[in-house]
Amino acid sequence: MSVNTASPPGTTVAVPPTGDLPERGRRRRKRRWAAWLFLLPWLVGLFGITLGPMIASLYLSFTDYNLLGRLSFVGFDNYVRMFTDDPRFVSACLVTLKYVLISVPLQLAFALALATLLNRGLRGLAFYRSVYYLPSLLGSSVAIALLWRQIFGGSGLVNTALGALGLTDLPNWIATPEWALGTLIVLNVWTFGSPMIIFLAGLRQVPQELYDAASVDGANAWGRFRRITMPMLTPVIFFNLVLQMINAFQAFTQSYIISGGSGGPVDSTLFYTLYLYQKAFTDFDMGYASAMAWFLLVVIGLFTGAAFFTSRYWVHYDGE
Amino acid sequence: MTSTATQPAAVHAPALRPQRRPWRRIVLHGIVLLGGIAMVYPLLWMVASAFKPESDIFSDPGLLPATFTTENFTQGWDALGIPFSTFFLNSFVIAAISVLGNLLSCSLAAYAFARLDFRFKKTLFAAMLATLMLPFHVTLVPQYILFQSIDWTNTYFPLVVPKFLAVDAFFIFLMVQFMRGLPRTLDDAATVDGCGPFGVFWRIILPLMRPALAVAAIFTFIWTWNDFLGPLLYISDRELYTAPIALNAFLDSTGASSWGPMFAMSILSILPLFLVFLFAQKHLINGIATTGLK
Repeated sequence: MSVNTASPPGTTVAVPPTGDLPERGRRRRKRRWAAWLFLLPWLVGLFGITLGPMIASLYLSFTDYNLLGRLSFVGFDNYVRMFTDDPRFVSACLVTLKYVLISVPLQLAFALALATLLNRGLRGLAFYRSVYYLPSLLGSSVAIALLWRQIFGGSGLVNTALGALGLTDLPNWIATPEWALGTLIVLNVWTFGSPMIIFLAGLRQVPQELYDAASVDGANAWGRFRRITMPMLTPVIFFNLVLQMINAFQAFTQSYIISGGSGGPVDSTLFYTLYLYQKAFTDFDMGYASAMAWFLLVVIGLFTGAAFFTSRYWVHYDGE
Repeated sequence: MTSTATQPAAVHAPALRPQRRPWRRIVLHGIVLLGGIAMVYPLLWMVASAFKPESDIFSDPGLLPATFTTENFTQGWDALGIPFSTFFLNSFVIAAISVLGNLLSCSLAAYAFARLDFRFKKTLFAAMLATLMLPFHVTLVPQYILFQSIDWTNTYFPLVVPKFLAVDAFFIFLMVQFMRGLPRTLDDAATVDGCGPFGVFWRIILPLMRPALAVAAIFTFIWTWNDFLGPLLYISDRELYTAPIALNAFLDSTGASSWGPMFAMSILSILPLFLVFLFAQKHLINGIATTGLK
């Protein structure tokens, strides 16, 4: 942890100021005025690029607007259409839900398992940690998505390797509706390095005395993991869960590249965000896309809320 | 780094089970090493394949090219009619401006939140935290309409201007956390010596928060370098393409028929990330670990 609270060398601890009261008051007022100058860029961004557009998109979600023609108010039509008259929307929801519900737990499980293994005083920890982290760093790039297309293609690396093991009749994973989403899930799980680093930092916070006491009481490695490591890590697990879930709901680049922007085959990799992109910037159905964006916001809010709500039953904070 | 957290017996009572330890250690190393190789194998294979002739890419799962060639690089470099150097330069320009913008705007806002008093401070801080959770798709469509209406499409403005407005609130949060750890006595001393808030910020706080600035700079670089959706939306001129968009165009124009050149350009496109990883690893890892916990 780099956050260092100690005074750096070369700075001497200063004597507290003893200015008289009116002087200080003036200074404080001046400071208050200065605060807004410091905040100015952020405030412009907050209202101009975040909150303003947010409200605009809420309004747009109740309209029919194609960027060129007139904007007409249609009430809840977009929202009704999503659920009653758009099978692609429903399948995009299901694809994304499947992706989140499978890849996030798997990713966290790998991250936790590796962090626990690496934390056992292994020599070369820094090296291993880097090796496992590397895919996380590169995983969201177009380059890796291209690589994935080749690896899981009909005569790609995976099939060459499986073929060498004597397996025949291997599918083109990317082009088969049953498997295509699986390749994206594998890709997301592959990037478990960054939650792993967060777990490693968390593991270092677990007090050694707890393990010593448990060992004295005769707990074996599994018992120590289940009774000490797991409960002590629940805040970190919770944090990683929320973070990775929010990320997974918004995944875009990988499905765009791997399906060539279509979400195919047969919409099997049509992520929610990809469908939103198609609606907004291919069909120019801006109102509908805005409604989709707000529904996504609500769903992510619900999932995050559910995590927070259930957290009191499974997340242990200090001293409990 | 040499934590022995789950091996207390090793430290305190080595006599208890001495015969089991070397074995377990070797098995552990074996598992972790094999796993690590499996993790980076696809990357290594991509690098190796960039130096193989096209036909070998599909038949050779090994890491050593049977026939070594650099033709993929020369072929890929000009595959889009414009040399890839243009795309790399574009990506660098955007990333560099973004880093500057984020460091400036986020540290200014962070200083106000960490050190100054003003009205609605709590509300605004909460608003800042709330924007952290916001999926960016919610603002995507109106932002596009906005930038289009002021003729900013096909320029880099939509990509870099938001950075100067501290839209990546994550870094504000990171910097606030860091500044809270800096001793206030330094500010006070500077104030006594006649520094105003700007002087304190510029002469005291900014130099002291170099580690936090490094983390923000590194992550801004990585994110903007990897950004795909932004340039995909706003950039349509080939001369203005960034490296990821150029790769996508490469894929579109050749179908999936020239993997060699595509791999070659892919590797070059992630090389800067890899260099950051090599030279700024400490900051990178610390950044993830600390912001993760706070």
